[in-house]
Amino acid sequence: MTEIFGVPLQALLGQLLLGLVNGSFYAMLSLGLAVIFGLLGVVNFAHGALYMLGAYAAWFSMDRWGLSYWWALLLGPLALGVLGALVERTLLKRLYGLDPLYGLLLTFGLALIVQGVFQQFYGSSGQSYSAPEALSGATDLGFMMLPNYRGWVVAVSLTVCVGTWFLIERTRLGALLRAGTENPTLVQAFGVNVPLMVTLTYAAGAALAGLAGVLAAPVTQVTPLMGSNLIIIVFAVVVIGGMGSIVGSIVTGLALGLVEGLTRVFYPEASSIVVFVIMALVLMVRPAGLFGKEK
Amino acid sequence: MTQPLVNPNAAGAARDARLAWLAGLVLLVAAPFIGIYPIFVMSALCFAIYAMAFNLLLGYTGLLSFGHAAFFGGAAYVTGWLVHQRGWSPELGLAAGTLAAAATGLVVGLIAIRRQGIYFAMVTLALAQMLYFFFLQAPFTGGEDGIQGIERGRLFGLLPLDDDRALYFFVLAIFVAVFLGVLRIVHSPFGQVLKAIRENEPRAISLGYDVDRYKLLAFVLSAAIAGLGGALKTLVLHLATLQDVRWEQSGEVILMTLLGGLGTFAGPVLGAFTVIGLQNFLSDRAGSWTGVIIGCIFVLCVVAFRKGFVGELLAWRQRRRGGRTG
Repeated sequence: MTEIFGVPLQALLGQLLLGLVNGSFYAMLSLGLAVIFGLLGVVNFAHGALYMLGAYAAWFSMDRWGLSYWWALLLGPLALGVLGALVERTLLKRLYGLDPLYGLLLTFGLALIVQGVFQQFYGSSGQSYSAPEALSGATDLGFMMLPNYRGWVVAVSLTVCVGTWFLIERTRLGALLRAGTENPTLVQAFGVNVPLMVTLTYAAGAALAGLAGVLAAPVTQVTPLMGSNLIIIVFAVVVIGGMGSIVGSIVTGLALGLVEGLTRVFYPEASSIVVFVIMALVLMVRPAGLFGKEK
Repeated sequence: MTQPLVNPNAAGAARDARLAWLAGLVLLVAAPFIGIYPIFVMSALCFAIYAMAFNLLLGYTGLLSFGHAAFFGGAAYVTGWLVHQRGWSPELGLAAGTLAAAATGLVVGLIAIRRQGIYFAMVTLALAQMLYFFFLQAPFTGGEDGIQGIERGRLFGLLPLDDDRALYFFVLAIFVAVFLGVLRIVHSPFGQVLKAIRENEPRAISLGYDVDRYKLLAFVLSAAIAGLGGALKTLVLHLATLQDVRWEQSGEVILMTLLGGLGTFAGPVLGAFTVIGLQNFLSDRAGSWTGVIIGCIFVLCVVAFRKGFVGELLAWRQRRRGGRTG
């Protein structure tokens, strides 16, 4: 059997794939954070809670209403988008013009509430959610077995990330969004409904987190804490990549997932902290982040 | 330009504040004799120390640390381990815990002050999470169980702290010392520079201040005081657990400070008593809904009550004065 540095190739590839799957989630979540931060100036601490809600939406709709995975994939993000719009309209709206720290604190409070409610009902134990028939099983790639669902997650995530990038960087709507980030007053003066744009942006970010949650439901345990554990890693990813850049958050997310996978093979004890160590190192060398611009 | 340099009400306000603090102190000294459960007041005092440390950083320097649990809980572990496993005396354990928190604060601070504002918050949160994983895996912390049954020992080999009343006055003495210490720091020339940084960092730089050094020193001081609070809490409650280093604990101190009044002296103390009191009150009645209720208060506080108790009181006082003098 082939070995690399004393590690069986199969194990190495397996962990790399797992890393890529995790990286896909990091990329999708940090992308949503970046888009929301760009226009609203809010670091959305509730992003992890929205991700968790997405996973629960999938589990709940299957468990209670017998809806299939495909419905969850459609309805989960939709429901979270609506929820996001509500949160923006009723709460976040009141904080514009204040120190951005208040946005972080408000969403932190929201995350506590959502997490608390779910812990109340579901405890800390996980619900399992199985992948749909069409995506179960594995494909032989010749050099390794690829579980279909994991391949699907990576593919969907990449598609969504590239699609979002295209939408923001290459379309008229995206141009308006970017202009709104630079100077909302001026864009408003041109007759664009900026408050609506802001609401929709937050809704889209929330929907993206929800989609990540639905995608994650079959590969992780669905627990009330799944979001808060992830969001702090995603914050570190955002600091490493620099929040200003869409491409940056996608590339950094995927790359850090892979690094984490590699660490799990060669030095498992450090796998939970490797992202934070990298963050500290990057801050030493390039305080603005790998893709960020010095202001 | 017509604004007088010295607020004519300032002397009166300072006198009123001192009277209020004195009244608070009298109440705290009397507390164990009038039937208030001393363990509750002691743990609230420990969290008040923690909140004062946090306020020094956010209220007076303008730095939002989202990772202060690392210093609070880290010191709790260090003190707990030294006292429990190594048989150190309580005063040495406290000193070691505080020093350990200061050293951690130095490292975290050196990394975190490279970014500003919202990034500073995220970096401190991430580094604190890293320390959380460290404590989760480290052999001396007892994993999920934490370190339990920590003895309080004898203070300076003489005073047995197992007597709740003795420990109470020891904790109260430390609390008063920290309160006066923070007061002194804020009113010192160093504290004035911190406030200048909070108000306008570029201007402080252009005035020739080495802003990073001031921020770092403020961060280390804050970490050390937070550590002292955590170490003391270990002796009071006999335990140090993962709960102390979790991110929720970092958030709780923000709530305490915000609720009481950011950038005021008595605010964090009032906030700590309110939150700890509320948690005690709710834990019997609302059980695990407590976290949800705390989250709701957090949201309400940010949306509608940003000045906090003391801030609102001061604003009210100002309005009343303003109305009378025209």
